[in-house]
Amino acid sequence: MRARLLHWALILLLPAIHAADVSAEYGLNMPRGVTDVSHSVYDLHMTIFWICVAIGVVVFGVMFYSIFKHRKSKGAVAAQFHESTTVEVLWTIVPVIILVAMAWPATKTLIEMYDTADSEVDIKVTGYQWKWRYEYLGTGVDFFSNLSTPKDEIYNAKEKNENYLLEVDNELVVPINKKIRFLITANDVIHSWWVPDFAVKKDAIPGFINESWTRINEPGIYRGQCTELCGKDHGFMPIVVRAVEEDEYQSWIIAKQEEAKAEAALAKLTFTLEEQMVRGEEVYNTNCAACHQANGAGIPPAFPALKASAIALGPVDKHIEVVVNGVAGSAMQAYGGQLSDVDMAAVITYERNAWGNDTGDNVSAKDIVEFKKK
Amino acid sequence: MSATAETAIENTHSDEHHGPAKGIARWLFTTNHKDIGSMYLWFSFIMFLLGGCMALTIRAELFQPGLQLIEPEFFNQMTTLHGLIMVFGAVMPAFVGLANWMIPLMVGAPDMALPRMNNWSFWILPFAFSLLVSTLFMEGGAPNFGWTFYAPLSTTYAPDTVTYFIFGVHMMGISSIMGAINVIATILNMRAPGMTLMKMPLFVWTWLITAFLLIAVMPVLAGVVTMMLMDVHFGTSFFNAAGGGDPVLFQHIFWFFGHPEVYIMILPAFGVVSQIIPTFSRKPLFGYHSMVYAVGSIAILSFIVWAHHMFTVGMPLFGELFFMYATMLIAVPTGVKVFNWIATMFRGSLTFETPMLFSIAFVVLFTIGGFSGLMLAIAPSDFQYHDTYFVVAHFHYVLVPGAIFGIFAAVYYWLPKWCGRMYSEALGKWHFWLSFVGMNLAFFPMHFLGLAGMPRRIPDYALQFADFNQISTVGAFMFGSTQLLFLYLVIKAIRSGEPATDQVWESAEGLEWTIPSPAPYHTFSTPPEVK
Repeated sequence: MRARLLHWALILLLPAIHAADVSAEYGLNMPRGVTDVSHSVYDLHMTIFWICVAIGVVVFGVMFYSIFKHRKSKGAVAAQFHESTTVEVLWTIVPVIILVAMAWPATKTLIEMYDTADSEVDIKVTGYQWKWRYEYLGTGVDFFSNLSTPKDEIYNAKEKNENYLLEVDNELVVPINKKIRFLITANDVIHSWWVPDFAVKKDAIPGFINESWTRINEPGIYRGQCTELCGKDHGFMPIVVRAVEEDEYQSWIIAKQEEAKAEAALAKLTFTLEEQMVRGEEVYNTNCAACHQANGAGIPPAFPALKASAIALGPVDKHIEVVVNGVAGSAMQAYGGQLSDVDMAAVITYERNAWGNDTGDNVSAKDIVEFKKK
Repeated sequence: MSATAETAIENTHSDEHHGPAKGIARWLFTTNHKDIGSMYLWFSFIMFLLGGCMALTIRAELFQPGLQLIEPEFFNQMTTLHGLIMVFGAVMPAFVGLANWMIPLMVGAPDMALPRMNNWSFWILPFAFSLLVSTLFMEGGAPNFGWTFYAPLSTTYAPDTVTYFIFGVHMMGISSIMGAINVIATILNMRAPGMTLMKMPLFVWTWLITAFLLIAVMPVLAGVVTMMLMDVHFGTSFFNAAGGGDPVLFQHIFWFFGHPEVYIMILPAFGVVSQIIPTFSRKPLFGYHSMVYAVGSIAILSFIVWAHHMFTVGMPLFGELFFMYATMLIAVPTGVKVFNWIATMFRGSLTFETPMLFSIAFVVLFTIGGFSGLMLAIAPSDFQYHDTYFVVAHFHYVLVPGAIFGIFAAVYYWLPKWCGRMYSEALGKWHFWLSFVGMNLAFFPMHFLGLAGMPRRIPDYALQFADFNQISTVGAFMFGSTQLLFLYLVIKAIRSGEPATDQVWESAEGLEWTIPSPAPYHTFSTPPEVK
């Protein structure tokens, strides 16, 4: 008899054991993370979880005991007691004590999370509809980070890769074992910058600069997402952080600075229409296609079409103005501070010549520079 | 003089045999609390099905990774309307309907204190929701900024239909405020002789407190949407940083309304369960006084915890600590309520008719929602939970098996009194068990999704979230389709159920069980005596 009980117990437990086994794959619990703060947060989470489980076992235990023992069909006769000051005072005071015990470590962790002093690396993070901008203060490194998952994967035309929706064109690269301070803000609506492995989540709010910090213990790639509804592509603006050793970080910074110089040098060259179209299409698909669509048809009325539009077929200056300064009170951002002059010239050229907009105009980086001078 | 005489003559002639008007006029012009209560309940059920269809659209899209059925723009419209319709169209009107039906019967009053205003409160609602839902068919689509409509997404960046949304919310607010005034006036002025405040049934108590919450916060909601209206159309910059405004101000005002609103949706359910558990335990409610004080404390505390919805906006440390401690404190009176319900069941003589099943499920599952609420109160951990599916799991656990199971329990409990016929106990049990399993399948996996890192309000997700989303969608469809069974069994009960006795339930207590079943069109024209 006992052997059979044990047998059944094992069979019932099997799914549980199995579940524990694959939990890493499915993700049942909060990640423990890779910073001291994220470890503290994880410990708090587990402590309060087990407190809840313990209370649940007691409370539901009494309840199910009554459900099984005190049912009328078993001949239970109802007692008529309906108050007991002792018991009521007791179950008011005991929870208060538990809560105070819980509040203490939570307060300690929170104070630590709020201590942004003495940072060694400062990065300004700006949320845009629907991408992140990272500026490494004091180094001149400044770039955008866009989702790099192809549309074909999103629309099920191609098989999805393992980092589906959690991959970007330019990762945020940071050194390990350094105190990194994030200055978080937004350009348009409210976004929220979250990397679970650092236990950092802070809203990016236009007009505000929020602070947060982390010190990463292990090199690796850590992925997160925007966590504040920010419009249409809220689900498509991931965060990817690559944490590397200090020297690798330094050489990456230098490489980025060189890249920027090379980009600036391009502004002096002239390109043929064909070259412009190739570069322009790439810039367009990264920056413009989310709203105006890859085929230029837009999603009217919020996002107007560019194909056969008055702006794309009209005077070049007006077209440049819209792209550089944006349209106030609409979702059209000011790209003057986002794109290099070369990219700006290419994308405007592309918009004026793609999808049957055959104006033949070839806008050069010089035109952009001149426009900005005006 | 002659007018007074006429009134006097009319008064001698009108008595409880005076029946309802015929045809559509009965419903349009009625001032009868029972008719208005029924209309509220049917309206809320229609809204429940509509909001449910939107939820199923969301779940269908989330069945697999990738975009299959709808585009992100439409997905955002669905999440927004689902939330607004369920909160303002399904849960709140259902409780107002229950209040209309039951409060006069429970306090021994002939009707609500302000019957014509009562008619107006109801008839505003169909117009408000037509205005809101009609935006789906307009250029630019329905509101797409979430039911919390954070600025500036809902102002500078909103579709043009935001104006319809604002007027819709204004109308719902007017309806709620009038309903609340009516409830307070009825309870404070029209109780039967001998019914002191501390003799009132708990459902009446919870509604009295809820009504005060409504009067306090609905004007705040009206204020915030008016500020939005000014920002959108009249060039102000309340929430526009570029004009010197403050987007976080929006959240403070919204949640000053929003947190008490959460209790508006749950306190009447506390009242319902506090009526039902004693009846089917055949034992008086344990700790009546502490139950009343607990509801009062929850209501007061609800005004000083709003910013726990905003732990990540970058408040100063002191603010975070204050709102964390205040929020944790709410666990104490809530715990007292749960302990009292269980102490009521303890050493009772329990039977498990459908209202009791829903009430027991309410206690268990609402407590689980309370546990995740306690976890969310811990600010440092909340940074990990905030705006993920963990939060979605949390508030669906307090709203579905909380508010909605509370409403189901109330309908099963009082339906025989309303229509004089019993529902089919077998079908009721099917409805309960299918809802129970479906609801848990739909919402329990969301805890795991959130902890593993899935943000809320996204139309597509990374591959590691696929399995739990699939389970959740299956559960949601199971829960949703089960509600058609509920519709069927209610109609069946009304048309052909077994006749109910006046007492209906063996050991139910209260004035509502002293009148015949079905309750006559006019009741308590002569006030009963309460000893």
